[in-house]
Amino acid sequence: MKTVNIMIVGVGGQGSLLASKLLGRLLVDEGYDVKVSEVHGMSQRGGSVVTYVRYGDRVYSPLITEGEADYIVSFEKLEAARWATCLRPGGTVIVNTQQIDPMPVIIGKATYPSGILDELRAKGVEVEEVDALTTALEAGSAKAVNIVLMARLAKRLDIPREKWIEAIGKSVAPKFVEMNEKAFTLGYDR
Amino acid sequence: MKKLMIGNEAVARGLYDGGIGLVSSYPGTPSTEITEFLAEYDDIHSEWAPNEKVALEVAFGASLAGVRSACAMKHVGLNVAADPLFTLSYTGVSGGLVICVADDPAMHSSQNEQDSRRYAIASKVPMLEPSDSAEAYEFSRAAFELSEKYDTPVLLRMCTRVAHSRSIVEPGEREVPERKRYVKTPEKYVMMPAYAKRRHPIVEERTKALAEFSENCPFNRVEMGGDEIGIITSGTSYNYVKEVLGDSVSVLKIGMTNPLPDSLILDFASKVKKLYVVEELEPVIEERCRILGLDPIGKSLFPMIGEFSQKTVAAAFGIEDAPTVSADTEAPARPPMMCPGCPHRGIYYVLAKKKITVLGDIGCYTLGAQPPLCAVDTTLCMGASVSGTHGFLKASEPDVAKRTVAVIGDSTFIHSGVTGLINVAYNGSPSTVVILDNSITGMTGHQQNPTTGYNIKGDPASKVDLEALCRAVGINRVRVVDPYDLDECERVLTEELEADEPSVVISRRPCVLLKYVKAAPPLAVDREKCRSCKRCMGLGCPAISLTDGKASIDATLCVGCGVCDKLCPFDAIGRKGETK
Repeated sequence: MKTVNIMIVGVGGQGSLLASKLLGRLLVDEGYDVKVSEVHGMSQRGGSVVTYVRYGDRVYSPLITEGEADYIVSFEKLEAARWATCLRPGGTVIVNTQQIDPMPVIIGKATYPSGILDELRAKGVEVEEVDALTTALEAGSAKAVNIVLMARLAKRLDIPREKWIEAIGKSVAPKFVEMNEKAFTLGYDR
Repeated sequence: MKKLMIGNEAVARGLYDGGIGLVSSYPGTPSTEITEFLAEYDDIHSEWAPNEKVALEVAFGASLAGVRSACAMKHVGLNVAADPLFTLSYTGVSGGLVICVADDPAMHSSQNEQDSRRYAIASKVPMLEPSDSAEAYEFSRAAFELSEKYDTPVLLRMCTRVAHSRSIVEPGEREVPERKRYVKTPEKYVMMPAYAKRRHPIVEERTKALAEFSENCPFNRVEMGGDEIGIITSGTSYNYVKEVLGDSVSVLKIGMTNPLPDSLILDFASKVKKLYVVEELEPVIEERCRILGLDPIGKSLFPMIGEFSQKTVAAAFGIEDAPTVSADTEAPARPPMMCPGCPHRGIYYVLAKKKITVLGDIGCYTLGAQPPLCAVDTTLCMGASVSGTHGFLKASEPDVAKRTVAVIGDSTFIHSGVTGLINVAYNGSPSTVVILDNSITGMTGHQQNPTTGYNIKGDPASKVDLEALCRAVGINRVRVVDPYDLDECERVLTEELEADEPSVVISRRPCVLLKYVKAAPPLAVDREKCRSCKRCMGLGCPAISLTDGKASIDATLCVGCGVCDKLCPFDAIGRKGETK
């Protein structure tokens, strides 16, 4: 099979590490060769963060570069646009509609671009907008934004729904399992 | 059982299964998780040391006692541990000793791009370099035996993309060798000239023996794929070569970076028409090839700077870029920044307001250099804020002391700031040193340190009394401030800058990300009262932005620290439901 490339992007602190960990575990259980590349340390402090998830028969590089990503799951609108160059033609963006202003915007040195998702659509990118925050809050916590977005990705991947539920059970602390399962279900069925 | 592990977890598991009994480290991205994962095992001793030099010396002590030991550090940490490293090369070991060092090409979280392979060569210590988590497990496990067989410490070189990438590992079982008995052997361990002179030839002989081992060791391997192109590569670069070129070229994959296998390299080179070396950072393998009389294509084609990817390899071999899609509008940068409620912000705000020259240090608080605060003038290495300020003041007009401070975090102060402070007191400069005591080692992801009162397991431990420590080294003026109280910070800093003798100002408030720190209710802006003066914007708080010209606070980000509230001249900021 052709290697599938998924990028999970967002703002440091939004929970993208848990999402990639969950996805990685699931893919290994499904028997794929998997590589996941994460960002730790300084760049995590409110900066732009990117995680690469790649799976297939044999995966060498842990990175995804320009024109290679099949899916970009973005926790924030601007970040979807920032990493869009990594998308292959015909690729898909699943984006949380949250807007988080970066510091240059906050201090007035730059403006938060409007209509950036429509620009991507105009170039033939399939953009799925998700109000993941509202769904996460419905499930019980703003922190479940990551699970809601993973649920939207799950709709597009060839992995049975119950496997995802199983992986969530193994990836989050016991007291948060129920809430995260609910977030997944709400996200999946919306 | 197959497990997906980040490289650092695989190293920890490899060391554990290899029979480790003690690990001592100082945290540093991208090496930190090695020690954190090892700390999860209760049948070994694990600890955070005050710095990398102490950590390596502790590991040496354990080795001397006959126990397999390790330490982990980032590349610049090895600079600190270089002193014991070079002489450990002479003494050798009893129990196996592995030094894990993680380089950071592209400087994701570092101040330089030094290549640790140079240290292996300079200290004449063997170095292994895994490409993924499976190798990280195998190599670190095997490193103990190599260490004991050749009586040498072993360096295990990681890099960010191996340390922080997850790939599949099939771990085995832990095997602990019998502990070796300590026998007094001064001619091996007392490195005074007479004995050291006898050890040096042993080191040279060992290097020859290791070079021979390198020729046939399991860490280096040839993957033939035709006689046109041959590529010598190592570490994460191997992955990019295979990703792009697959089996269409021949590859000599180097897993033992020092000493390099000369005969294997020559033999490989003789079998291909065109020879390339693909390595990140320094041309270490390439230079060895040149010494051997080969003329490979290396740094003339591949960058010396930053990290590689499959794109680097594709470009070098003339493979066309994949078509991409992108928005025409450029996305504004999103640099890392101090968190909402970060206790460092208040101090920096006051220092920036007073236009103070700040010699900074290494930690989250380095981010004070970013706009809008722009409060930091220098960042060199761990501890340099304190010693640098002393030198700066000694070489400047006396009044410069009234507008210069050193700013250093609690963990960094213990790491190597305290020695600089002793110098300040001893050699007498009117330095003002601000210690940002946030009760944790923050940037590397919350590790305990000697000032927090807890050890690596989270159990209560001896706690450094910073005030008493500063007084004990000869600083008479020691003040403590709450960085959320801007008026107090300004008053105290002004007084201490005016003082003609050295002083320490401890800015004390725990990191807001600590679990026990409970957020206060978020603040909100009264749009009627806000006059768009933008003073609150000067804090650089991610929770505050302008909406239609007026300040607004994102309630999901705000932790209610109240610093902006104190700053607002129009009383426009308050907690919801509060009347002003």
